[in-house]
Amino acid sequence: MQPAIRIHNVSQTYHGGASAIRALERVSLDVAPGEFVCLLGASGCGKSTLLNLIVGLYEITSGTVDVGGRRVAMVFQEPALFPWLTVQRNVELAMRFRGVPAKERREKALALLRLVHLDAFAERRPHELSGGMRQRVAIARALAQQAEVLLMDEPFGALDAMTRDVLHDELEAIWSKTGMTVLFVTHNVREAVRLGDRVVLLSSRPGRVVAEFPIAIPRPRSADSLAVAEATTAITERLREEVRRHGR
Amino acid sequence: MGAERQPVSEPRSLEREIEGLDALDVPLVEPEPRGRALWNAAWPKLAAAGFVLVLWELTVLSGWRPSYVLPGPARVFAELSELVATAKFWAAVATTLRRAATGFALAIMIGTALGVVVSRSRTLRRAFGSFITGLQSMPSIAWFPFAILLFKLSEGAILFVVVIGASPSIANGLINGIDHIPPLLLRAGRVLGARGLASLRHVVLPAALPGYVAGLKQGWAFSWRSLMAGELLVIIETRPALGSQLQFARELSDAPGLIALMLVVLLIGILIDSLVFAAIEQRIRRRRGLVEVGS
Repeated sequence: MQPAIRIHNVSQTYHGGASAIRALERVSLDVAPGEFVCLLGASGCGKSTLLNLIVGLYEITSGTVDVGGRRVAMVFQEPALFPWLTVQRNVELAMRFRGVPAKERREKALALLRLVHLDAFAERRPHELSGGMRQRVAIARALAQQAEVLLMDEPFGALDAMTRDVLHDELEAIWSKTGMTVLFVTHNVREAVRLGDRVVLLSSRPGRVVAEFPIAIPRPRSADSLAVAEATTAITERLREEVRRHGR
Repeated sequence: MGAERQPVSEPRSLEREIEGLDALDVPLVEPEPRGRALWNAAWPKLAAAGFVLVLWELTVLSGWRPSYVLPGPARVFAELSELVATAKFWAAVATTLRRAATGFALAIMIGTALGVVVSRSRTLRRAFGSFITGLQSMPSIAWFPFAILLFKLSEGAILFVVVIGASPSIANGLINGIDHIPPLLLRAGRVLGARGLASLRHVVLPAALPGYVAGLKQGWAFSWRSLMAGELLVIIETRPALGSQLQFARELSDAPGLIALMLVVLLIGILIDSLVFAAIEQRIRRRRGLVEVGS
């Protein structure tokens, strides 16, 4: 089958003044349609850069990214909601840009808010919600793009552990309902194992794919299960090795 | 009836847990009763006004200037209450407000267009950015001799200076507002599919609104000042206006009338600032969660 995301030999260089920084080095990665892939790496591995390239926010230095004409949505590390709009209107905005009629927009937005269990908060403004709730609105907003590919850039990094656990359950449920392709960036190994069909480990400076771990633990998973803990330990060891290389 | 209870479907535990977390996360804020809120907003202003009146009266009582030059508050307020009973006064207020409204509306159109165009292009920004700021700091009264040459002693001369006094502030406010948009919001907008005009309308302008309103507020202050200066200089005999009445009061050495008119000018400025601009600012800040709870 054709991959939903095909990243081929992508290198990315930033020119900061006199020096050039190599953020990514010949990264190749295929993500199958409907697959949930977690990109794992320490700081400076260019994880976010890769997502920004896929969604088209940055120009690629060399190599190709192909999503086969699929619509790509993205959830950022921060919710990035528009503070002047209500929760519902935030979700509606992407549909507005596509010219969806107002009535249909409202209905779809409400259905999406129901999906993330926030329909009771449709008329609130983002500042009235907690960080976790805002991030769920951001997920609903991304889903409103009706994209087949969802990119997530450490979306739960700033949340407390309990909220994060709940959001993992919620995201897993949404993913299995919608059948989207998800590329999820994180530096949290347990999170990657909890969510991913596959965990891809990137090295740091420059970012390169160094290892891949298929995760065959049956779903729905629990972050506290023994299987998750074992896989986490194994991958953490490999990640540490990668970090140690930069020690000197 | 009690025995025939419908079986309640148990919500999934995930949903329960989410609802629980959400309920704990949403801040509980009791809205302040309206009367109390009004009083809380009003009393410091009333106290300040009282303080100024006392200071004024004490200055008069000290005999620093003879009372026909510097009358006390009682004398001025008596004059003011006579003044507001005359048709001429209201005609003057109407003329002045009409000029202010026309000039400010024109300034909004020109300033906004200028701000949008300049902020969208880096080259235009380099070319005109500091020029606009320069215009903003130019005292509007300095434009009047030129305006009178161009338009004679006419409405046109006043309007010209009001517009040129206010539009740079409005343009600068908008440019500042656009400059201070968090880049993340612009990126989010792009990912959501905002392009061109849709992006301007749904992302850039609303995000820049606080800066824009600050610019409008300053623009209003500049246009009101320019207008007063203009009405002192450009006097059209058949059309009484607040500024020209001030000038006449001075020529007649009518100190109470002069101060009464000044109070009117001050009062109109305060009213428009608080009823229009402060209200809009407060609304924007509250909607966006920029008001501290309990403050």
